[in-house]
Amino acid sequence: MRAFTYERASSPAQAAAAVAGTKGAMFIAGGTNLLDLMKLEIATPAHLVDVQDIGLGDIEETDEGGLRIGALVTNTALAADMRVRKDYAVLSRAIVAGASGQLRNKATTAGNLMQRTRCPYFYDANMPCNKRAPGSGCAAMEGFSRQHAVVGTSDKCIATYPGDMAVALRVLDAAVETVMPDGKTRSIPIADFHRLPGDEPQVDNVLQKGELVTAVTLPKPVGGRHFYHKVRDRRSYAFALVSVAAVLHDDGTGRVAFGGVAHKPWRVEEAEALLPEGAAAVVERAFAGARPTGQNRFKIALAERTLAGVMTEARS
Amino acid sequence: MSAIGPDGMTRRGVLATGAVTAAMTATNARARVTGAKSDPAAGPTPMPLTFEVNGKLVELSLDPRTTLLDALREHLRLTGTKKGCDHGQCGACTVIVNGQRINSCLSLALMHEGDAVTTIEGLGTPDDLHPMQAAFVEHDGFQCGYCTPGQICSAVSVLQEIAAGVPSHVTGDITGKIAATRAEMTERMSGNLCRCGAYANIADAMTQIAEAQS
Amino acid sequence: MKFDAPAGSNVIDEAKVVGKPNTRIDGPLKVSGKAPYAYERHDVAANQAYGWVVGAGIAKGRIVSMDIDDALAAPGVLGIVTAPETEPVAKGVGNNVSAFGGSEISRYHQAIACVVAETLEQARAAAQLVRTRYESADGRYDLEASRENAPLSGDPQTSGDFDGAFAAAPVQVDSTYSTPGESHAMMEPHATIAAWEGGKLTVWTSNQMVNWSRQSLAKMLGMDIADIRLDSPYVGGGFGGKLFIGADAVLAVLAARKVGRPVKVALQRPLVTNNTTHRQGTIQRIRLGAQADGRITAIAHENWSYNVAGATGEEATAQTPQLYAGANRLVAEYCTVLDLPEGNAMRAPGEAPGHLALEVAMDELAEAVGIDPVELRILNEPDTMPGDPEKKFSDRNLVRCLREGAERFGWSARSTTPAARREGRWLIGMGVAAGYRGSPGMASAARVRLETGGRVVVETDMTDIGTGSYTIIAQTAAETMGVPIEAVTVRLGDSNFPASAGSGGQWGAACSTSGVYAACVELRRKIGEKLGFDADSADFVDGQIRAGNRRFDLADAGSLAAEGEVSFGEFRNGYDVGTYAGHFCEIAVDAYTGETRVRRMLSVCDAGRILNPITARSQVIGAMVMSVGMALMEELAVDKRFGLFVNHDLAGYEVPVHADIPQQDVVFLDTLDNVASPMKAKGVGELGICGPGAAIANAFYNATGIRVREYPITLDKYLTDLPTPA
Repeated sequence: MRAFTYERASSPAQAAAAVAGTKGAMFIAGGTNLLDLMKLEIATPAHLVDVQDIGLGDIEETDEGGLRIGALVTNTALAADMRVRKDYAVLSRAIVAGASGQLRNKATTAGNLMQRTRCPYFYDANMPCNKRAPGSGCAAMEGFSRQHAVVGTSDKCIATYPGDMAVALRVLDAAVETVMPDGKTRSIPIADFHRLPGDEPQVDNVLQKGELVTAVTLPKPVGGRHFYHKVRDRRSYAFALVSVAAVLHDDGTGRVAFGGVAHKPWRVEEAEALLPEGAAAVVERAFAGARPTGQNRFKIALAERTLAGVMTEARS
Repeated sequence: MSAIGPDGMTRRGVLATGAVTAAMTATNARARVTGAKSDPAAGPTPMPLTFEVNGKLVELSLDPRTTLLDALREHLRLTGTKKGCDHGQCGACTVIVNGQRINSCLSLALMHEGDAVTTIEGLGTPDDLHPMQAAFVEHDGFQCGYCTPGQICSAVSVLQEIAAGVPSHVTGDITGKIAATRAEMTERMSGNLCRCGAYANIADAMTQIAEAQS
Repeated sequence: MKFDAPAGSNVIDEAKVVGKPNTRIDGPLKVSGKAPYAYERHDVAANQAYGWVVGAGIAKGRIVSMDIDDALAAPGVLGIVTAPETEPVAKGVGNNVSAFGGSEISRYHQAIACVVAETLEQARAAAQLVRTRYESADGRYDLEASRENAPLSGDPQTSGDFDGAFAAAPVQVDSTYSTPGESHAMMEPHATIAAWEGGKLTVWTSNQMVNWSRQSLAKMLGMDIADIRLDSPYVGGGFGGKLFIGADAVLAVLAARKVGRPVKVALQRPLVTNNTTHRQGTIQRIRLGAQADGRITAIAHENWSYNVAGATGEEATAQTPQLYAGANRLVAEYCTVLDLPEGNAMRAPGEAPGHLALEVAMDELAEAVGIDPVELRILNEPDTMPGDPEKKFSDRNLVRCLREGAERFGWSARSTTPAARREGRWLIGMGVAAGYRGSPGMASAARVRLETGGRVVVETDMTDIGTGSYTIIAQTAAETMGVPIEAVTVRLGDSNFPASAGSGGQWGAACSTSGVYAACVELRRKIGEKLGFDADSADFVDGQIRAGNRRFDLADAGSLAAEGEVSFGEFRNGYDVGTYAGHFCEIAVDAYTGETRVRRMLSVCDAGRILNPITARSQVIGAMVMSVGMALMEELAVDKRFGLFVNHDLAGYEVPVHADIPQQDVVFLDTLDNVASPMKAKGVGELGICGPGAAIANAFYNATGIRVREYPITLDKYLTDLPTPA
């Protein structure tokens, strides 16, 4: 871990300005991914701005009938909030499918959105990785790629976004609110927040230097039955091979997003329109253009079967 | 085949721009370089920290890079909290901060100014065991003992989390009351690896305490 | 005490303390965080500095240059030990590679430097400033590709005419299985504190075999063994991964010498997998020829594995000469040289993956013959060791294990048709496997002291790696000396104590307690001499001694000490001394997603006298957990281009978690093996990993009708073959 200087910010605007104005500065909240990466010098901030004292720890109801989730609300607090459990159950279920109780107690809403890939080549500084060391190549494509993305990939990177929470946020049409160093705010639809790797796999999302996530907003409840089915090799405390977040209605319509298959939560609206036709039709459309490797081709079949299982459960 | 000699400076040049690895495959480029560029920064200035550990006020002056785990183990010599992986992958470092369990390896000590930390040493002593510690002994909820403090800190917290109604991955109705079933406990304990495989015995120990509490 | 004839009746048969379910005497220390592990010995040496290990960034080749100037100039750095400036240290006991030194790189994350600083943070940061330039060489990393040309490892064991008998057999099974490399993944990383005082060295480390490792250090450092002390009282898991001296100890020792201060080193977790040893992968071909009634007439087990040059593979045929009858036999081991990290012992080396093949082949044979798999095994139970018929079984109750297990498990409810039992979306299946693991005899010594007041203190360099050594040793001394267990103090793991068998090969419990028993017998004799009675015919009970009509308090003897050692005589070689189990499992497989859930596990074990049913049971359930890992998830993923195990941390290498493990049942048959040891006890710690994985695989087949012969059984291998969901 490189040496860094440390300060505790007292407001969102001050934090954003501090990061924007200091070379090599980064925000730190829960720290559960950042410190992991700093120990390996995959992240090397020269200055850390600790945001735990800037407020943003509450969940409020919005005028539109939805919820505004403060950026610093922990995963545990968000999953346990009774309004979320009742009206946005897919979000609660996605959160508790991820990580461990200890990590969820520390990890924050904003930090969860920001977590980086778990590609083992990204994590090993001796290996080529375009996400960690742009231009060095991608070791995963011809290597150990069982966990990797099958769709939305580029010839530079096949990493996945590893989180669960954002997959649920994607089916809920959440938005990410931010503040810029100059004090301006913006709202980014969750669909646009994470990037596909393209030619710049080192860039995970659309945030700019010093831009601070302040909240995630949920529109008013969409009803339906909520599911989050995460498939992994062991039963808990593992990243998804495939996950399915779904909100399904009695008339057979609904929304569905997939985790563990792409560089971002993967939802294709035209595909979910095919839900009444069954899981195969949805997956065929959602994964059109998929470029799996020999090792991760199974994920497409798994996505279909997992969705089929969820749809069966919804009918029961 | 060798790529040293005239090529050497080129490799260093690559290095200086931040690309750590100069080879894509084992066949196309054999010279490899590892290591970071020189860091001109001097040693970091120690910073003060005041917090409570096991009920006692503690003041430390720490390198900002010090994790809560290393502050406990190396500075306060509270070595009951274990380092298994140092990367949030095993749970051996679990401590309870302000009533919530966390992985102390993935938290900077300085971020705990004013916090109240409970470690395994704060739960009980060999002569005066916490009920969960005693239940672990009774049910042989450990073998080598290395993951054990983390398991116990988690176990104590898990029963509190269930009582507080925090849902888990295996909770059926997440809007209803949650019972301390074996499935609930084992799911919530899954962030604590035990390679000796004492899981079934830990579940028995926790069940005993949960029943006593209900 | 020379154990050169079967044990007769002895004081252990009283079984007043031995065999009782005492909770661990080290338990209160462990659950309160007060048991000191190697890296935590702040008290043993002042002014400890921190070492950080630098691992090689290539798998094969050599270091061209190493620039340490910036690292040396970094804040707090006290010194750096580098491999190029160090002669390769000699291989110690059990090592297949040198732990450190020289410019040649033979494995990924091989230790190439140790940066020592005042603080951990400084050492870690400075280690990143060590710049190393390598010249890579081509390596061989693919077992499958190397299989064809792999040479035999040792002579094949043959009897009768396998080829002829197999060809003539009306029922044949010919199946090939593969098992991946596996990592010990013990929770405590390898760690050492080293301190020099003049020419004398003390090493506080995490090690299973104190005496071997002390010898190793003497050899590596060219020192007189008398000048080295090694202390390992608490070991945070080993499973074979801490049998030998590794880079952590060598680097701590060299670094401490270099900086003139005690140095502590823990191998960073991401380095553990490639830097240390692993269980090698295997490819196993099994051919079984049987009569129509299921009697085996021909049995062949061929195994292909790998290692570094000059070392042996993972010898998965180990159990095959013992388990099943059959007159015509072939067992052959092939071992190819690969440039992967060093392979070495991991819990039941050989048998653990061997059962994953043999016991599935038996399941395949049962189906082919059309009889119950439990009955097939019983039908082929031999009278003497099948691979060496001159050898008698010391005491073998495998049939009882299987019958009793089937009864307890409700085996009769198993559907004989695969994929026939469903509960909603779940496919349910049951499986069985037999288990065999040898129980070697290894010499073991101890010192027992009677203190004024009657307290008994046992000292031996035996280790407790979670196995329960502290407790069963205390029980043994309490039984033999006739005192309550509370009156016994046990001190372990210090090389100043008499050399024990150590913890390995599932010999630790039976041998170390036998050594303690031997020392106690000596102490009883000394007490008899001092007080004037014949100790061998006296009774030591409740702190008192009854010798004929005479009565003494044990405390009357004052302060006395005795040493004793058990050693195992030739007579034992006339027997196959084995441990046996019947393993049963029920699993559920999600017909949609292919997720597997182990629902129930039962192991019925035959391992002679059970010294403590609590700790023995924990050994078995722990091994069953590891078996779940072997069967369903554990795999060291080889990158065949870069030559490393890619998933080299505890996130990438998945071991079972709490949620994977159901309630587990263990039954110990009430048996005694008087050939095994004076305690009439055998090992049990590895028996539990010999078979349960195969029972899972067989249950998976019973649930789904799909035979996955490539471990681990992960859903990508069978997903699209699953029956249509109901």
